[in-house]
Amino acid sequence: MKRIYVNEKWCLGCHLCEYYCAFANSGQDDMVKALKNVTIHPRIQIEQRGNISFAVSCRHCEEPLCVKSCISGALTRENGVISINPDKCVGCYTCILSCPYGAVMPSESGAIQKCELCTKNAGGEPACVKGCPNKAIVFEERQGAE
Amino acid sequence: MKYVIIGNSAAAVGCIEGIRQEDTKGSITVIASEPYHTYSRPLISYLLYGKTDEQRMKYRPDSFYKEKKCTAMLGRTAEKVNAEAKKVILDNGEEIPYDKLLIAAGSAPFIPPMNGLEKVEKRFTFLSLDDAKALEKAISADSRVLIIGAGLIGLKCAEGICDRVKQITVVDLADRILPSILDEEGSGIVQEHIEKKGIRFFLNDSAAELTDGRVVLKSGTELDFDVLVVAVGVRPNISLAAEAGAETGRGIVTNKKCETTLPDIYAAGDCAQSHDITTGQDRVLALLPNAYMQGECAGINMAGGDKRYDKAIPMNAIGFFGLHIITAGTYDGEVYTVKKGHSYKKLFTKDNRLMGYILIGDIQRAGIYTSLIREKTPLDSIDFDLIREKPQLMAFSRKERSRVLANR
Repeated sequence: MKRIYVNEKWCLGCHLCEYYCAFANSGQDDMVKALKNVTIHPRIQIEQRGNISFAVSCRHCEEPLCVKSCISGALTRENGVISINPDKCVGCYTCILSCPYGAVMPSESGAIQKCELCTKNAGGEPACVKGCPNKAIVFEERQGAE
Repeated sequence: MKYVIIGNSAAAVGCIEGIRQEDTKGSITVIASEPYHTYSRPLISYLLYGKTDEQRMKYRPDSFYKEKKCTAMLGRTAEKVNAEAKKVILDNGEEIPYDKLLIAAGSAPFIPPMNGLEKVEKRFTFLSLDDAKALEKAISADSRVLIIGAGLIGLKCAEGICDRVKQITVVDLADRILPSILDEEGSGIVQEHIEKKGIRFFLNDSAAELTDGRVVLKSGTELDFDVLVVAVGVRPNISLAAEAGAETGRGIVTNKKCETTLPDIYAAGDCAQSHDITTGQDRVLALLPNAYMQGECAGINMAGGDKRYDKAIPMNAIGFFGLHIITAGTYDGEVYTVKKGHSYKKLFTKDNRLMGYILIGDIQRAGIYTSLIREKTPLDSIDFDLIREKPQLMAFSRKERSRVLANR
């Protein structure tokens, strides 16, 4: 199963992954229109301190605490991808309480949002990976991941 | 193999999914008094609030029982468990044999003795879909609603009906709201927020005398009301297990494999006790995530797998009128408090561990704190000053970050 992996040594802290994520999930086809003068709410987020930076997004855990804890059945894991059904989500945030990586967040609609590996938008493959200028974010198979 | 499950909520669903991880063939029979497809019980307040509907609040899709090859006997009540003959006896006398049994019978509203309660015509509890439907029928835009109980259930009920009734008054014996999840200061912040929606509180008080439409409180205050909701608390449904001979405390006693003291009988969810690693005590943790995980653990073990439910902690995510609250663990140890604008944070540390926390308002990435409690992370192995400021993976070692983010 292909996963998003992050190599913090290569991360420039440029935040481009956040912008590509926000654009890919905006439903728009013009990046300028989608992002200009807009406060973005990306599903991947950079942590930065001093000269260390790295991107954090959903790990699509094999034992997903968010899915097991979801009170509405809105979060599911199918074919290794954890996704959210925003119609079912009531925004209780039990998943935010549960995720050990802080990779689930409130969305503007009141439901939660999270990385779904760009399976639900037009991108088809993770936009953060495509947009990362230094290959600090990769989408590949690694041993030990289901 | 014949699996039988009494109950049809989170623990039962967890059990079904746990069994099917190990055994795709054995027969599973689900017995539940409620005639409904599995639904999310905590969503009944959201149903009244208009944030969900009966279809969307189903806990699993319509195809669930079929896909998991379950026989769902819904609307049927298990009256007795015969542990020696390994049979469940139903309300119509029918006997259902089992090889492995899960008791996930949930809990029932506790109604304390109150003078004159029987005189109140429109009185309700708030735990099931039928409760919510009955309450919905009874209220109108002119209703004055009296809620006894300022805990999670009472206040979620208040939120659910707030825009549909004229007035809501909440009475509680305790001196503050939500005492099961908040400290004094936190209770005050949330109460103030809820009061802005016009909801009135009478705390440190109780119903001394009820008549239909009128209550005299212990303090002497007299109030008129049209509809009464009793939401004082719940009691675990332990009688089936107790009568069958299982050891019970406040809930059904279980071990880390979710087994009861009777052979081949497991228990999970609101009716069962589990081991709270933050207090070291066995107690009922009546929370949906715990119910699911206990049920799943039971199911895996019932089907011959090997699973331990050994990381149970109290935890809660809840919101009222847009103000979010996330709490976990126990409030024991050294306290670190931050108040910023409308946000409130309290962390409790002891013996080099995070024991518990309260977040009100800013709840971003709370799960990183929860994980410190659940995994008993030694605080000297991380940059605690950093993580105290806000939950972040930066506080962990480079090696740990690489394990988590790069699988290396």
